[in-house]
Amino acid sequence: MRLKETIKKTRWVIYAAIFIVLLFIPRFLSIFNLMLFEYGLTFAIVGLGFNLLLGYTGLLSFGHGAYFAAGAYTVGMIAKYLPEAYRLEILIPAALLFSLIISIIFGFLCVRHTKIFFSILALSLSMLLYALLFKLYHITGGSDGLRIPLPAAFGFSFKGIRRPEFLSGTYYYFLLGFFAVSFVVMKGIVSSPFGKALQAIRDNEVRAELIGIRVRRYRLYAFVISGMFVGLGGALWTFVNGHVTADLSHWVFSGEIVYMTLLGGFGIFEGPVIGAILFTYLKLYAMGNTQYWMFVIGATLIVLVMLLPNGVAGAFVSLFSKLKRRKAVEGSAC
Amino acid sequence: MLTVDSLKKHFGFVKAVDNVNLEIGEGEIVSIIGTNGAGKTTLVNLISGYLKPDSGRILFFDKDITFASPYVRIKLGVGRSFQLIQLFGKTTVLDNVRTALFSKYGMIRKGLLPAERYSSVTDEAIKILENFNLADKRNLTPTGLSEGDLKILDVAIAFALKSKLLLLDEPTSGVATSDKFKVMDSIISAIKREKISTLIIEHDMDIVSGYSDRVVVMHEGRVMAQGKPSEIMEDKEVKAIVFGIVS
Repeated sequence: MRLKETIKKTRWVIYAAIFIVLLFIPRFLSIFNLMLFEYGLTFAIVGLGFNLLLGYTGLLSFGHGAYFAAGAYTVGMIAKYLPEAYRLEILIPAALLFSLIISIIFGFLCVRHTKIFFSILALSLSMLLYALLFKLYHITGGSDGLRIPLPAAFGFSFKGIRRPEFLSGTYYYFLLGFFAVSFVVMKGIVSSPFGKALQAIRDNEVRAELIGIRVRRYRLYAFVISGMFVGLGGALWTFVNGHVTADLSHWVFSGEIVYMTLLGGFGIFEGPVIGAILFTYLKLYAMGNTQYWMFVIGATLIVLVMLLPNGVAGAFVSLFSKLKRRKAVEGSAC
Repeated sequence: MLTVDSLKKHFGFVKAVDNVNLEIGEGEIVSIIGTNGAGKTTLVNLISGYLKPDSGRILFFDKDITFASPYVRIKLGVGRSFQLIQLFGKTTVLDNVRTALFSKYGMIRKGLLPAERYSSVTDEAIKILENFNLADKRNLTPTGLSEGDLKILDVAIAFALKSKLLLLDEPTSGVATSDKFKVMDSIISAIKREKISTLIIEHDMDIVSGYSDRVVVMHEGRVMAQGKPSEIMEDKEVKAIVFGIVS
């Protein structure tokens, strides 16, 4: 028990150390790489939310782009229709609220099913949203999408400041703060009694029902929390990207969310975070160096599934435990 | 505490459970024996709410639960184990029991603090595991346990829900012969300590006569005979039909 507690403590020390390093990152990275890193951070929040459903509840959604779009379009629509409310302190709660509403509606329908039926239903619902965003040109801007100006925050306006300056200054810390809070909150959720109930549902639905867990209702809770995290990621992402389009709700984008979670490893809490940041760099450098970037992404997916079923983070964990075992064996041999 | 009153369940022409009357008293351990297809598992499924009967009534502490959902019955205190073990495969033995306790106490809504913080629940889970001689294996996942330990864990989860009536569907099937008594010893001693009424479906006559207060013999959906284990073993009709011994 003592050993377990020390491991736990070192874990939080490492988290804190990484957080401190992240505070100073804008000094080391070029503005281009910093922007990429910010994309990565927003996707990391998305990955955390997505993995509550995939890794902890055992539901694979191919439609999480919808909640990302819900968050992102909340920002876009407020910019277009309610410019006087275009302030961060209103935008973020609004995005959370709207992704909450969408994920309650979609989730209510989806959690009636599991496995492939769940995945396909989630996909179809997100495509429904895509069709709406794409076709309602006068409201949503259709395929042109919506422009995202720089927001005001707490009475402070960023007028006259260019986006790169905005992103490398205040906004980076704002984003990092949101990421840190999301990380800690999600860590709390997965290790809480509620999280244990979700894992029970993942492992054995029949038994979960039999210890008095209302399986469908808890699946819905997980779905909604997951949707809100993804929506938050979507809203934060818009300011980095400066533009939203209907593609965010397309299943290809949902597939990217799945991909980055697999890349990092869905069996490990930190996996999706690592996956999201890796994916951002991988995709951009692949895109920059070859027009066959999709080939690169596809090939890595094959390698991943064949060789690293637990993702990059999973590979590190098993390497680490292997080394530790070897050390223990050597130690006992002496 | 449990009264089964002229219960009937037919599947087409098959009379799986046909006019069964059964009474289980508090703290009593009752075994049901019978050939394959005698209707034992159907009866357990009817009592635990997995099937709904065609007619008849089930009373639990004078409360009619004939058509209550499994969820309601669990809350009332009807727990069961399965012939095929049903566990949470990727979480630790401790969490298997602890999650049941959290659910029992309505604490699974608590979503922010780690489960370890609720130390009274953890202590209680460890105490239950100690009761079943599993405490030293609490940090293993079920894949690291023997078949016998898995069976015990399955019962321990039902036990954690503070069931007043436990339905054990073949608690020793799949367990190595040499381990059978060890498994039953840990299960029965824990049950007796808490004076839980128990209904066991079992094939192994040594276990039936060793652990039960009363034996109910089922044949073709009906209760053919019941009584003390020693009496039942000597009953000629039972011998002929259930054990195939003609003397």
